[in-house]
Amino acid sequence: MPPVFGVLFDGLAYGMLLFLLSVGLSVTLGMMNFVNLAHCSFAMLGGYVTVTLMNAFGWPFFATLPAAFIAAALASVVLERLFFRRFYNATELEQCLLTIGIVFISIASAAYIFGTINQPVQLPAYLRSSITYAGLNFTIYRLFLVGVALLITILLVFTIEKTRFGAQVRAAVNNQRMARGLGINVDGLFAITFALGSGLAGLGGALAIELVGLDPSFALTYLIYVLIVVSVGGLGSISGSFAAAMLLGVSDVAGKYYVPAIGAFLIYLVMIALLMWRPTGIFGRR
Amino acid sequence: MSTQAIAGPVQHLQAQFRWRWSEIAFWLATLLPFVLTPSYLVLASQIAITALFALSLDLILGFCGIVSLGHAAYFGIGAYTSGLLSTRGWGDPIIGVIAAGLTAGLFGYVTSFIVARFRHLALIMITLGIGLVVQEAANSAGWLTGGFDGLQGIHTLPVFGMFRFDLYGYTAYGYSLAGLFLIFLVARRIIHSPFGLALRGIRENSARMPAIGAPIHAHIQTIYTIAAVIAGIAGALLAQTTETVSLEALGFQRSADVLVMLILGGTGRLYGGLIGAAVYMVARDQFSGLNPQYWYFWIGLLLIAVVMLLPNGLLGGLSLLARRIRTAS
Amino acid sequence: MSETALATRGLNKSFGSLVVAADIELALPPGVRYALIGPNGAGKTTLINLITGMLEPDAGRIILGEEDITALPPEQRVRRGLVRTYQINSLFAHLTALESVTLAVCERRRVAQNWWRQLTAYRDEIDEAYGILSALTLAPVCHRLTRELAYGQQRLLEIALALATRPKVLLLDEPAAGVPREESRELFAAIAGLSHDITVLFIEHDMDLVFRFASRIIVMVGGRILLEGTPAEIATDPQVRAVYLGKSRHEAVS
Repeated sequence: MPPVFGVLFDGLAYGMLLFLLSVGLSVTLGMMNFVNLAHCSFAMLGGYVTVTLMNAFGWPFFATLPAAFIAAALASVVLERLFFRRFYNATELEQCLLTIGIVFISIASAAYIFGTINQPVQLPAYLRSSITYAGLNFTIYRLFLVGVALLITILLVFTIEKTRFGAQVRAAVNNQRMARGLGINVDGLFAITFALGSGLAGLGGALAIELVGLDPSFALTYLIYVLIVVSVGGLGSISGSFAAAMLLGVSDVAGKYYVPAIGAFLIYLVMIALLMWRPTGIFGRR
Repeated sequence: MSTQAIAGPVQHLQAQFRWRWSEIAFWLATLLPFVLTPSYLVLASQIAITALFALSLDLILGFCGIVSLGHAAYFGIGAYTSGLLSTRGWGDPIIGVIAAGLTAGLFGYVTSFIVARFRHLALIMITLGIGLVVQEAANSAGWLTGGFDGLQGIHTLPVFGMFRFDLYGYTAYGYSLAGLFLIFLVARRIIHSPFGLALRGIRENSARMPAIGAPIHAHIQTIYTIAAVIAGIAGALLAQTTETVSLEALGFQRSADVLVMLILGGTGRLYGGLIGAAVYMVARDQFSGLNPQYWYFWIGLLLIAVVMLLPNGLLGGLSLLARRIRTAS
Repeated sequence: MSETALATRGLNKSFGSLVVAADIELALPPGVRYALIGPNGAGKTTLINLITGMLEPDAGRIILGEEDITALPPEQRVRRGLVRTYQINSLFAHLTALESVTLAVCERRRVAQNWWRQLTAYRDEIDEAYGILSALTLAPVCHRLTRELAYGQQRLLEIALALATRPKVLLLDEPAAGVPREESRELFAAIAGLSHDITVLFIEHDMDLVFRFASRIIVMVGGRILLEGTPAEIATDPQVRAVYLGKSRHEAVS
């Protein structure tokens, strides 16, 4: 098989990771219009939880994943109750500033506790190996990542489409006022969705370590990618986030592989172009 | 009766536009560093330059409601324009400033076509994207920009052929302060003009503006271009007074920092950016021994405090206090 | 001087299967006061949005005077004299009443692009704004911020903003909505005082206003025009009685 398929696969794996990191933000932005720029701080938290549990406490890698999810979810609940809920009706600028403040604090705290170096984790040997198929190398880890992400995607779609909870979420995203009028507890719903979304981000952060590394700047660097996925995919749309994440993942990897000179800012140009074509995102409303 | 009644509203507006004692005191105070703290003149010139940059952001954010996360792009373009001219032998600072303003302004004009047509999250993302594109482009074009190491060989000639840039910063501060003051006067005129009123209309209710026949795209493009010109001039001043330009001049960090300064001082008051820049940079200088990571911890805390307690910044808080004192007495 | 100030031909708009405007045909002669009434959800505000260009029709044409304005953006329609007010105040909260109206005058006179001369040099514009505010009894509060005005005064400011653009056709969306009884006198006087150069179409639920000011009434139901006629004709029409006017209210009016 020509190397383009290898590039595609790597792009897909990267895209899956971006999807996990972004889907929570997309849904909560669509539901409450709350611009949470601290979303990737939760992802970073998940990553550091995994690192700490593995390196300091000797936990196996797989056991740390649920812990990363739960830690990020818990942290988000605390922040939401303490700060965010007062700003649901504030201006976008205020929300940006509040959450950027939290990002700065999270980055500084991470640097203080863990230092600024890239965190090493020792994954089990079988995860770090790769298989060869049709002349191309596929790392087991990427296959694992794709598998986990697909599983979660299926779970998400099932929850959104088939469960009562999911129906309520869809209603609240679509028309918050009417949802309240129908007796849906939008605030409670939002708290749960926010926790779930942040938890997924935390899981993504943990999974990201092997793929892209972890250091305190993670909260800002990946925030930019997540924002691109969310604004291009459309707020409140899981399928939009998925499509945008795949698009971004593949273009980023392909860009860096084929045209490394402009690869880095190709995605920014693509984002600007896509937003000009569809300001509310590819799958966005209105 | 008619002339009597009509004189009232014009007079009322004129009274609002008059120079206040506090303003005159402020500008007189900017001369103090020459006498009181001559060892800090280099820092003072940096503050003046950053204040000018913050002023340019205030014009679009505070007065027109455009949230930009990429304003440093124009600052950096101005800095590199001036720096490049200098390395090629055109070291005269005034020429550098004019060229920087024009180049940044041109780029601002071109991007304003995009910026004017979006609001909310899309606008924030687009301005962020523009800043990142410029940053990456400058990074990739190492042959032009010197890449990570920055421009080498900048030498700024004396201002008007007379005022040589000395080591202590007398010329640097005088030059930067003069630039800040002159452009401030221009900004003040803009704000007090019918155009300034239109900008505030856009900020207050952009949906209503077309309903009174206002061409908001044209208005936004004009102010965005003007803001880009001013940011470019600020960048040139930086390049000339420090004789260095590097990638951080157009980085996201610079865009975020200037936003913090403006919010700290208070948006939409012309002086907010100046006060915010002064406070921020003096504080940073005082804590310069601190690891930059920890500095951002306190900035984060400060941002949260400002948003929760002082949403209109320091100047907003001061005017609230003044009003309370007035109504109490 | 054309025969019709404002006309629509075959105006249609649907959102999926929801039809909000079906074959709207209007022909308003100049200077006449029209009231547009109908139950909630009949599509009255939607019609105003279509006419002013805030909403794009699926089909149909809009003609202002002699000119087909269907393709024009909203601010161009305002420049040609087609102006509306809003049911829920859409004002400039932190501008004073005088500043707001002066802004509208400056935009109309195309001086709002001037960034070099001080606002106070534009005496004519300020005078005109002050004059409009005085006629609407807002002169005493003209230096107050819009957000500090009483609700009735804000409704008057809505009309002041519209008048500052020198409309030929004025569309008022429920001008009396939410105005308490004590404050509605000035509002009614303002509407009565509107020059007869202006063609006025107003949406209202307040039947007092409708029967007092309208010389013709259009009834809209479910996106369609049910009937058009004089107040007397409308008040006695059995269809309208059934659909809209309640029985007891109707007895009091007729």
